[in-house]
Amino acid sequence: MGYTIAEKILLAHSSPAQAGRAGEKQIKAGEFIEVRIDIALGNDITAPFAIQEFRNSGIKKVFDKNKIVLVPDHFAPAKDLRSANQCKVLADFSREQKIKNYFEIGCMGIEHALLPEQGIVLPGDLVIGADSHTCTYGALGCYSTGVGSTDLARAFIDGKFWLKVPAEIKFIYKGKLNKWVGGKDLILFTIGKIGVDGALYRVMEFSGPVISKLGMDDRFSMCNMAIEAGARAGIIEPDAITEEYVSRFKRKSKFYQSDKDAVYEKTIEWDISGLEPQVACPHLPSNVRPVSALKEVKINQVVIGSCTNGRSSDLKIAAAILKGRKISPGLKLIVIPATQKIYLEAVKQGWAETFVRAGGVFSTPTCGPCLGGHMGILTEGETCLATTNRNFVGRMGSPKSFVYLSNPATAAASSITGRITHPDFVNS
Amino acid sequence: MIIKGRVHKFGSDINTDDIVAAKYLITTDERELGSHCMENIAPDFVKKVSPGDIIVAGKNFGCGSSREHAPRALKGCGIAAVVAPSFAGIFFRNAINVGLPFLELPEADDINDGDILEIELSTGTIKDLTRGRSYKTEPFPVFLQEIVAKGGLMNWVKKKRSR
Repeated sequence: MGYTIAEKILLAHSSPAQAGRAGEKQIKAGEFIEVRIDIALGNDITAPFAIQEFRNSGIKKVFDKNKIVLVPDHFAPAKDLRSANQCKVLADFSREQKIKNYFEIGCMGIEHALLPEQGIVLPGDLVIGADSHTCTYGALGCYSTGVGSTDLARAFIDGKFWLKVPAEIKFIYKGKLNKWVGGKDLILFTIGKIGVDGALYRVMEFSGPVISKLGMDDRFSMCNMAIEAGARAGIIEPDAITEEYVSRFKRKSKFYQSDKDAVYEKTIEWDISGLEPQVACPHLPSNVRPVSALKEVKINQVVIGSCTNGRSSDLKIAAAILKGRKISPGLKLIVIPATQKIYLEAVKQGWAETFVRAGGVFSTPTCGPCLGGHMGILTEGETCLATTNRNFVGRMGSPKSFVYLSNPATAAASSITGRITHPDFVNS
Repeated sequence: MIIKGRVHKFGSDINTDDIVAAKYLITTDERELGSHCMENIAPDFVKKVSPGDIIVAGKNFGCGSSREHAPRALKGCGIAAVVAPSFAGIFFRNAINVGLPFLELPEADDINDGDILEIELSTGTIKDLTRGRSYKTEPFPVFLQEIVAKGGLMNWVKKKRSR
């Protein structure tokens, strides 16, 4: 019996006893195993708890200073005194433990855009992050999963992680993608079909001819939201597109493929030809409708950014739509590049100027409004269309505000009209 | 260990933003986190909780972000256990790691708000004293029981290293 890509990575990082085990399969869904991790990540919200637990343990030195990554991104640049304290906890700990991969605001980015960009996570790696969207890196063909602060503290000590091996669901996407439709729409469509617990405690393997043609940014968007269906990980087999993305990095990576006779709990196949841009309505990411069904929805704010859609190709498509146009009077447009590198590219390419001339604001990288932190909190009665990943009650501020989720093209087009709008609008 | 307390009932897909909103994640103090527990969806919840009370909820409890502040906020406001048909993956880990007892009960919806429950963790038995019903849940797998018995993940790791 064959193995999936996720099983192969877990097995390669498990104890020799596991791999040497006689019997039908060396790793099985449902069993508890311990694995070695390649990278452990924390941010300004989750790492302070981890660092506190690490200090309480009495152990003085982290297991490997090169395998720990700390990124102040959620409330950074510090939004208030108490978040400044939390960011400082990360800075002090990094200095003390000589952690090289600490990213102060001048070189930072939203963690899940930053780590792949910097080549810190690579195909074949086993990554844990004390942030639920750590599943993003599965787009590179690594096993990457969100954990809690105590898991991170434990990894600081011995570089290990416990898990129950998840069962897997294989998703096959066939057909031809419409213009304006990309990774964000595919994942929203998927969550809309299976629900916010449709892949509970599963690995989602995304595959098929549509995925093979998808660029890396779209793949990141898809795997990023696997958690929104309850999945422990999203994963895509690495291929020539992955190879091109990681070829500039020195550290060696390993490309795993799923065996032909690998076992999945189920396989779901869709023909996505004719799929419209998708929008998730309040207050769950599974409450998905095609964009054309929502043209009466008025919006007060548009946010383009986040670990889901704050990458170069996202800003590029938004800028192409907004170039030479003005946003709807009274609407607030907030554009947030996900990393300093993307920020600089947006300046060089003129996208930043386009956003400002259109009447928007252009921020330094931060998670900011996505989780109701800062840089665009909603008050009672306000409605936002965002390229982010969650639209729970009160996610962006007031529990009486409303968040819709879309791709960047829909968000940009909607900022011009003040209503949820199909990006085709720009051709009319 | 026996937990006895009054039920606070919640629906399905209660996410970690519901349990403690992101704006309060500027502290590692469990009691402070607890003082804002469920604020967005049930503003009076914290006032109504007595230490030892129990949350009974619908499927997929604890979905959303990885914030360990969520199970810590529940503990911080006095919640002694959570009962639901299913739990989200990261919440499941976090609850084990910080020592918040939880039980998977498919019939959780049969239990009413305000009922008094008695839970025996070692056997996974839940008694609804108000309605005179008894439920049996799956006890934790051996691996997890070991972590819980050692008092959470950090103690488990320390003991493992000193062996």
